[in-house]
Amino acid sequence: MNNDKLVIGGHEFNSRFILGSGKYSLKLIDAAVKDAGAEIITLAVRRANTKDRENILDYIPKGITLLPNTSGARNAEEAVRIARLARELGCGDFVKIEIMRDSKYLLPDNNETIKATEILANEGFIVMPYMYPDLYAARDLVNAGAAAVMPLASPIGSNKGLATKDFLQILIDEIELPIIVDAGIGKPSEACRAMEMGAAAIMANTALATAGDLTMMASAFRLAIEAGRHAYLSGLGRVITRGSSSSDPLTGFLHD
Amino acid sequence: MENKFFIDSEHLSESALNKKHLLETDPSSRTNHMEYMSGMEEIKSDIRDKVIGHMESYDYSKYTAKDVRAALDHEGCSIDDFKALLSPAAEPFIEELAQKARLITSRHFGNTVYLFTPLYIANYCENYCVYCGFNCYNHINRMKLSHEQIEHEMQVIANSGMEEILILTGESRFKSNLEYIGDACRLARKYFRMVGLEIYPVNTEEYRYLHECGADYVTVFQETYDKDKYETLHLLGHKRVYPYRFDAQERALMGGMRGVAFSALLGLSDFRSDALATALHVYYLQKKYPHAEMSLSCPRLRPIINNDKINPLDVHEKQLCQIICAYRIFLPFAGITVSSRESAEFRNGIVKIAATKISAGVSTGIGDHEYKYNGKDNGETHGDEQFEIDDNRNLDKMYEDISNEGLQPVLNDYLYL
Repeated sequence: MNNDKLVIGGHEFNSRFILGSGKYSLKLIDAAVKDAGAEIITLAVRRANTKDRENILDYIPKGITLLPNTSGARNAEEAVRIARLARELGCGDFVKIEIMRDSKYLLPDNNETIKATEILANEGFIVMPYMYPDLYAARDLVNAGAAAVMPLASPIGSNKGLATKDFLQILIDEIELPIIVDAGIGKPSEACRAMEMGAAAIMANTALATAGDLTMMASAFRLAIEAGRHAYLSGLGRVITRGSSSSDPLTGFLHD
Repeated sequence: MENKFFIDSEHLSESALNKKHLLETDPSSRTNHMEYMSGMEEIKSDIRDKVIGHMESYDYSKYTAKDVRAALDHEGCSIDDFKALLSPAAEPFIEELAQKARLITSRHFGNTVYLFTPLYIANYCENYCVYCGFNCYNHINRMKLSHEQIEHEMQVIANSGMEEILILTGESRFKSNLEYIGDACRLARKYFRMVGLEIYPVNTEEYRYLHECGADYVTVFQETYDKDKYETLHLLGHKRVYPYRFDAQERALMGGMRGVAFSALLGLSDFRSDALATALHVYYLQKKYPHAEMSLSCPRLRPIINNDKINPLDVHEKQLCQIICAYRIFLPFAGITVSSRESAEFRNGIVKIAATKISAGVSTGIGDHEYKYNGKDNGETHGDEQFEIDDNRNLDKMYEDISNEGLQPVLNDYLYL
């Protein structure tokens, strides 16, 4: 298991939990790193665009990879501008593209996301696009140079779990890049389920931010993600979701 | 009981007083409040008809505890559910409303509470709105800050740590023209991350100009959505034109603003109908402009200068809380701002349930931040305040109090793009 690394854009990670930052609190970051084992933390550039008081950037421990996101962008051009600003702020080369043109559901706009991915990948960014799980869009993102694909499980903040489960499975099966399930995961059991299906990692925020006991919930997510990953690996990829294959042939009794 | 707003000033000339009395007593002396004045842009929009249609047919007395129970049990919230939640039948369910609202707020906003402060740069006004301290017949210290004074006020506020500012003026296009406000926006961009405006409504291209100057949010209070009541409260000036004001948010969005805010001043008219109309205004505009950010303010009538005879239609804290909870359940995505007119205790409680934004370090006067923030009186005269506030906490105190409630204060979550 020690060799089971999550590889994104040539960078290796041991943890398959990524902390979202939409509903950050400084306690949440602490719990995510210590108890959920997060090695990647997203950071809304628009929130880091602050002065000296409790800037989220100051609370991210050393050794953690920052994943700045472009939340607030309404089209590709705005996302590109935010990504460049993130780089100027010293946030590194990773960027999570989020482009929403709907303030009610905050659903990502796949078309604009593909455009932004192409521009930023060409500029050397490690691009992780948040998207609606559509196979054609996912393929376009691969061709545009994405380093991973981040489909949503259900509307952000809805705690509805794997509402797009069947479509996530298609992406997992067909797309060669890591599929990181983002948005909508409300419970550790759902994170576990997505990992069993073959997701490369889980991103969550609200589920932890709104938990009664943050620390315990962070640790529950770590365990659930590990359990799902182990199940996926032990089943050679398809055992859990597609039924087990018997070691003895079922048709061995047929003789003539 | 109706509110009694009419107050005479001893400083008015006889002819002014006569005109004022005529406006107050003779409806035929007043202009048609549904007719646009010259220069006012008329846009094609069906939102007003939809909102008013719902409001006029809203009979809240017909809702029962059963309707409220059903609304609370539904996963989403239909317009009819919302009407039930605003009705008197929902009052006994206030705790359940709050529990549901809190859950929805936490899903959409987590534990965050945004902080901002308003800055009044001028209090000249050309309107006669009978309930307002800035009205043109009220004898108050009028003032308009100069470019240098605005910059100084902004420096004082910025030094306190504030990053979001809401620039306000009285409604005088003549005294506070567009260039003056645009200049204030450009100054504000130097000192703050986010710049909002609460000024007289303008045309689409004028909103575009202000957006280019650095503003990105526009707040316009409709005060009351009841057309007939509106007519009896806004007796003179451009504000009298109900439809032009109603469409202000839509013009602001057409002009490129990122977000818009809405409000009725609860207590001017029937507050349940006004709350319904305010939320539906947001609801329909969001459907038409899905990318836009929307927020609601929830002011109640409070005492104003030279007017001690106010007798608000009863919007008590419990009812205000009911309205705010209903807003949250119906519009999970909308920001909700609670005014410094409310007490610190009420605001501390309501941010745990549904409010997402509160002001701190507030002065509704003109040019007095240096004095109020640092205790230094530079001897200059100040402009009088629009209304008295209840929650006087400065930024540091507010930050501390919110943190102590287990919430995360946020000073900025915004990029000007």
